[in-house]
Amino acid sequence: MTWDDMWEAMFGGLPVYGEILALVSNSVWAGAVLGLVGGLIGVFIMQRDMAFAVHGISELSFAGAAAALLFGFDVVTGSLVGSVIAALLIGWLGARARDRNSIIGVLMPFGLGLGILCLSLYEGRSSSQFSLLTGQIVSVQNDQLGLLIAMSAIALIALVLMWRPLRFDSLDPVSAAARGVPTTAVSLAFLLVLGLIVAVSVHIIGALLVMALLVTPAAAAMRVASGPVSVPVLSALFGFTAAVGGILLAIAGTLPVSPYITTFSFLIYVVCRLIGARRGRVEKARRAASALSLDAGATQVAPTGRA
Amino acid sequence: MTNALLRIEDASLRRGERELWSGLDLDVEPGEFIAVLGPSGSGKTTLLRAILGLEPLSSGTITALGAPVRTKGNRRIGYVPQSRPLPRDTSLRGRDLVSLGVDGHKWGIPFPRRADRERVDALVRSVGAERFADRPVGLLSGGEQQRLRIGQALADDPRILLCDEPLTSLDLANQQAVVALIDRHRRETDAAVLFVTHDINPVLGSVDRILYLAGGRFMLGKPDEVLDSRVLSDLYGAPVYVLRAGGRLVVVGAPDAEEPHHHHDEDDDDADAGAHA
Repeated sequence: MTWDDMWEAMFGGLPVYGEILALVSNSVWAGAVLGLVGGLIGVFIMQRDMAFAVHGISELSFAGAAAALLFGFDVVTGSLVGSVIAALLIGWLGARARDRNSIIGVLMPFGLGLGILCLSLYEGRSSSQFSLLTGQIVSVQNDQLGLLIAMSAIALIALVLMWRPLRFDSLDPVSAAARGVPTTAVSLAFLLVLGLIVAVSVHIIGALLVMALLVTPAAAAMRVASGPVSVPVLSALFGFTAAVGGILLAIAGTLPVSPYITTFSFLIYVVCRLIGARRGRVEKARRAASALSLDAGATQVAPTGRA
Repeated sequence: MTNALLRIEDASLRRGERELWSGLDLDVEPGEFIAVLGPSGSGKTTLLRAILGLEPLSSGTITALGAPVRTKGNRRIGYVPQSRPLPRDTSLRGRDLVSLGVDGHKWGIPFPRRADRERVDALVRSVGAERFADRPVGLLSGGEQQRLRIGQALADDPRILLCDEPLTSLDLANQQAVVALIDRHRRETDAAVLFVTHDINPVLGSVDRILYLAGGRFMLGKPDEVLDSRVLSDLYGAPVYVLRAGGRLVVVGAPDAEEPHHHHDEDDDDADAGAHA
């Protein structure tokens, strides 16, 4: 491949960009909604330490979609069935973190293998096979895009409704239960919402790359913010930027969308990490300074004053 | 004895074949501070969780604040759980930890409400956390986090306060500060306190009675009655010595006193059992 070919692949569509954009505008919408919701749910994924679960659910979601493709059912429904089954299995068998990780470790290769088997047996277009793993939003049909947007919206509403109990349960399940939060129900509801949003992500960026929209934006936001409002808002913004930016860049050429989204997402993370590291040093210095002044004060006042 | 805030009647706890304790009767009066002592796996954490309705007793009844314990969780009871330090990158400021106690159980996203904010401010002040309330909670010291947790537990001015090893991994100054906070709440609101601890010394000045769980049995009484070499030897069924030195008490020979690390592992497991999926 020459530089010219590469330029053509990346930006060959620029002269007709407006027309392409009109054709794929629904994909941009789907990407935008998923970016927002993925960023929001990512905050809870990080707090509950469930990044690995996201990966496990996405492989079973892929298996469901591949099976649907093979047997001629609706692919989005297939991926939804797969991810809901995965979410329920993880919720049922993996109440403890250690159990959960082993369950996911067992489920993941099984799901991926099953999916690959279904795809190998499938005799239709090969591009739709590949796209389940690495995503190709612009090839999703319009009626299915509507379904994806609706699923994201449902996930968003569910998240907003259970926002506070979910946050409490994610940070401190013992206290949450003591204060009457139905922690088991909240955990299960969260897994189902996660399943829903993973199923959407599989179609937009592919089963293998789901983390780029569900984990990376939140991880980036947590590097630069710590407030209960600022983190989710930033995370949603990062997810939105990565998804929409990725799609808008990708349609200028003929390359797949996913690498653009994952790169965007990764770059945002790198920048946030650098900012966070810089702030960390400042914070450390400030803390050292305040500890010094406190120690000096403590010798004159009561010892409890140091706490 | 009819105005007891907490009444436990003929309670027993079995885990598998093992009976942890049985025939436990306990009335806790307003303003009473009871320390719960005992070796690992003696069911101390489970007792607190049973009072909150989070775990069933094997038999017996618990009445808290005049009502039998039936539902899971109770906002009228303050609970300071045994806790590890929060991860450094927890997306929460100090005051947000306190606000979980004020509105963490409500549905929906948190709309800023003036009454809630004022309540959180008051709680932050009452536990002396103003200085660090706006900093990320993961960067705070163990003592600072524990103050905030107590603020969270006091959100509804509870008449009963349950504390599960709140002094673990705190230095002496912070231990004193935490005990002082809990003791002040007890005196100001006439609340009853059940305080699980493996070291009696930090609370010796506040404690009214001691509940000592060990060897499948229990011992309930004033500190002098319970913390006695003969009484504890009888309870453990092995020679145990209570030594006094410089106003401090040391229990020697009890399994727990020699291997404190076992203790945490097992009680953590207790606490995690109903945790999350």
